[in-house]
Amino acid sequence: MTDMTVTNARSGGLSKIALRWILYILLGIFALYYLMPLFVMLTTSLKSLDEIRTGSLVALPRDVTFDAWRTAWSGACTGIQCEGLQPYFWNSVLIAVPAVMISTLLGAMNGYVVAQWRFKGANIIFSLMLFGCFIPFQVVLLPMATTLGKLGLAGTIPGLIFVHVVYGLGFTTLFFRNYYVTIPQELVKAAKVDGAGFFRIFWSIFLPLSLPIIVVTVIWQFTQIWNDFLFGVSFSQAGTQPITVALNNIVNSTTGVKEYNVDMAAAIIAALPTLLVYVVAGKYFIRGLTAGSVKG
Amino acid sequence: MAPILDIKNLKKNYGSTEILKDINVSIEPGDFLVLVGPSGCGKSTLLNCIAGLEPITGGSISIAGQDMTEVSPKDRNIAMVFQSYALYPTMSVAKNITFGMKVRGVDQATQDKKLQEVAAQLQIEQLLNRRPGQLSGGQRQRVAMGRALVRDPALFLFDEPLSNLDAKLRVEMRTEIKKLHQNLNASMVYVTHDQIEAMTLATKIVVMKGGVIQQIGSPAEIYNRPANLFVADFMGSPAMNLIPAKTRANGGATEIVIDRPAAEPLVLKDTQNANLPADVILGLRPEDIAEAGYRSGDNVQTADCMVEMVEPAGADTYVVSHLGGKQVTARLHAETTATPGAALPMAFDLSKVSYFAPETGARLN
Amino acid sequence: MSEWLERHVPKVVLAPSFVAILFFVYGFIAWTAWVSLTRSRLMPKYDIEGFIQYERLFAAPRWDTAMNNLFIFGTLFIVISMILGLLLAILLDQKIRTEGVIRTIYLYPMALSMIVTGTAWKWILNPGLGIEAMVRGWGYEDFKFDWLVNSDLAIYTVVIAGVWQSSGFVMALFLAGLRSVDGEIIKAAQVDGIPTWRIYSAIIIPSMAPIFLSAFIVLSHLAIKSFDLVIALTGGGPGYATDLPATYMYAMAFSRGDIGQAASSAMIMMAVVFAIVVPYLYSELRAAKND
Repeated sequence: MTDMTVTNARSGGLSKIALRWILYILLGIFALYYLMPLFVMLTTSLKSLDEIRTGSLVALPRDVTFDAWRTAWSGACTGIQCEGLQPYFWNSVLIAVPAVMISTLLGAMNGYVVAQWRFKGANIIFSLMLFGCFIPFQVVLLPMATTLGKLGLAGTIPGLIFVHVVYGLGFTTLFFRNYYVTIPQELVKAAKVDGAGFFRIFWSIFLPLSLPIIVVTVIWQFTQIWNDFLFGVSFSQAGTQPITVALNNIVNSTTGVKEYNVDMAAAIIAALPTLLVYVVAGKYFIRGLTAGSVKG
Repeated sequence: MAPILDIKNLKKNYGSTEILKDINVSIEPGDFLVLVGPSGCGKSTLLNCIAGLEPITGGSISIAGQDMTEVSPKDRNIAMVFQSYALYPTMSVAKNITFGMKVRGVDQATQDKKLQEVAAQLQIEQLLNRRPGQLSGGQRQRVAMGRALVRDPALFLFDEPLSNLDAKLRVEMRTEIKKLHQNLNASMVYVTHDQIEAMTLATKIVVMKGGVIQQIGSPAEIYNRPANLFVADFMGSPAMNLIPAKTRANGGATEIVIDRPAAEPLVLKDTQNANLPADVILGLRPEDIAEAGYRSGDNVQTADCMVEMVEPAGADTYVVSHLGGKQVTARLHAETTATPGAALPMAFDLSKVSYFAPETGARLN
Repeated sequence: MSEWLERHVPKVVLAPSFVAILFFVYGFIAWTAWVSLTRSRLMPKYDIEGFIQYERLFAAPRWDTAMNNLFIFGTLFIVISMILGLLLAILLDQKIRTEGVIRTIYLYPMALSMIVTGTAWKWILNPGLGIEAMVRGWGYEDFKFDWLVNSDLAIYTVVIAGVWQSSGFVMALFLAGLRSVDGEIIKAAQVDGIPTWRIYSAIIIPSMAPIFLSAFIVLSHLAIKSFDLVIALTGGGPGYATDLPATYMYAMAFSRGDIGQAASSAMIMMAVVFAIVVPYLYSELRAAKND
């Protein structure tokens, strides 16, 4: 990385100050553009339906009310049921937590093998797994639905966990492989001479080194799985839907009065976990994004 | 005494590429074997094969009298020091050193005792609680050595352990390794591309090129009687002068005729070697060419040479002239009056000369 | 036995994942490919009948709309995201004191589910109560912004929401690229007295060609897979006006019960993705091998 100052060839004078102003104004306008939807969601969720109908989109709420939040959490209708998002929120937790843990662990082991214990064909296997990351999942929807049915996992939470683990493996392996590849091979050699075996070396030497990449992978997987809609909507049934599916059902349910404030509150609730992760660990989130797109 | 390391007919291929071809080496207990050669010559691969870190394609390796060809590294009774030191980054120095013992289930009391011994020996007691990341290059080097020493193995393996250190530290550590070898009387195999390291450390040198052993011998043998042009050129700094020459018999002696620019050919008379082919390459180390009057002996020949360049180097002065189409370097005493462009009488000590066949590069005398 | 195990443990560890990928990715692709060549409707059939499903697909006006939409959406989404991302990256590269905060703001949409993004924009673009109503409330009674419910324009609302979500990510990619340009080259250019904009246009940006490629790959991949956003924002409507191949495939598979159409449309999506991604991955893997 170069120092910022290097790319920043500035010339002195008055025009310089004017340019700085323009620069900051532009940056501010874009910041508003990105923040506006969040702001609108938040204010709308705190307004009453009356106020929404009469007031302006961007106006602050006159009377702040949390009714919409309460409804969204525990009373909104997703089709025929009216339990709010609560049960689906926990469904998503029940799906995401094990799926993230399993796929991360498998990815770590796979990456460790591919990067440090190369054998003939290991590269081909890795390439095949990598290609798997890029397929449009539509191409596996139908056979997966059949297979889950045959395994007795159709419409169940374990079924969704399974699907997320299988299709998350490519990325988790890629993350760990790219991380472990930077660790000199001599470390494994030294440990072999010291008498340690495959698992001992992984456990005592590689795992303690892996905290940053574990964080990146967990965040990436969590975001992917929490935000997933395609698998959720394809492979769940009434009681096992993840929160994204429930949110979509609330928003698009055609029965009764359209409660925009509830929709917005529900959307924010669905977004909160990943937003929280982003705010707390943004650095790792970005690292995952760029690692997932550039080969790293 | 049985050899501590015995390698027979070792072959190593990667796919269809031959990395090592028919390697035969053996060393006695207490030997310090240095594998030296340019990068890509197979010396590190050979070391990895000895350690069991790379499978071999053919041949056998035995260590301390036991056939180890198929044995995994941990059971070969070896310890190894790596170029990058390969210290476990998340473990303290103490844990790095004791990790091997811990894996092997050595009891805690013994671990502690050995750790203290080794730490004292290497003077790293004050570093034991640090992480490798907090150490300087030289300190890491010591820890890596400690990790090997604590094993008390039949054979120590070193893979270019000094190449990541700066020049001054390298010389210090070199001395220290040599001292260690003498104190422990241990058997060692040491890989380096640095021929000075090879000369200073080894009791026995193996010079390699292209996966083939070029010469095995003591440092003096390798230096004084290189087996071929490659060894002659590779070992020694500045390198041996290799001058194309013609020979003709003259009585019991041989006359060596060397072309030189804008002058009569230089004719030297070698009284010790006969029956040489008509075309040879004459090898003479810079220190075997002196200013006339500074070297005497039965087989010393004096001739005037045109000086092209004078390079004072402190203790010596190097003088470059042109002979046989090659730059020839002579190592003169520091106070020489040689000046560029002037002729200087020089003494060629032919008792030290090597002759090589121009086509094969093989030694002739 | 233990010797054997010791030597083969890496393969044993990798095997389950490899088998899973082989079966659930490549096996399933093969299954879908197979079924796309049959007369499957509600239930899969396995007698190969040739390309009838593809013929049906290309004859279907709804598929035609979906592919058109993909083209419009994909092109605009990629081009606008790239331009905006590059612009933001260059603006942010000017030694901005609050860079961290601004970057966080630009990038947070990437943490959201497309469903959330769709829901938010659906509300904002809603003609009755959203932007249109707001501007009218300011006194511009004739203002019209009903793209969301206009069959001809609804696809552009998907572009708006998609760009909002992804452009910050492109910015992050480009910013990393700008920062990784060799500082000495830039110093040399500065010493030569080359103005800043020329340094960007002639030195920095051309050297980021690989990043442009990466961004393009990721964005096109996102565009082709876009499903959630359309579902949440327009539900594919009005009518089929904002259908994309992904929503078409889903409708065929799960609401229309036309497995043959679902399989053949999925295969077309797959072909489009592969046409873009395979050459890229191939070159990346080759480059990695030469490292």
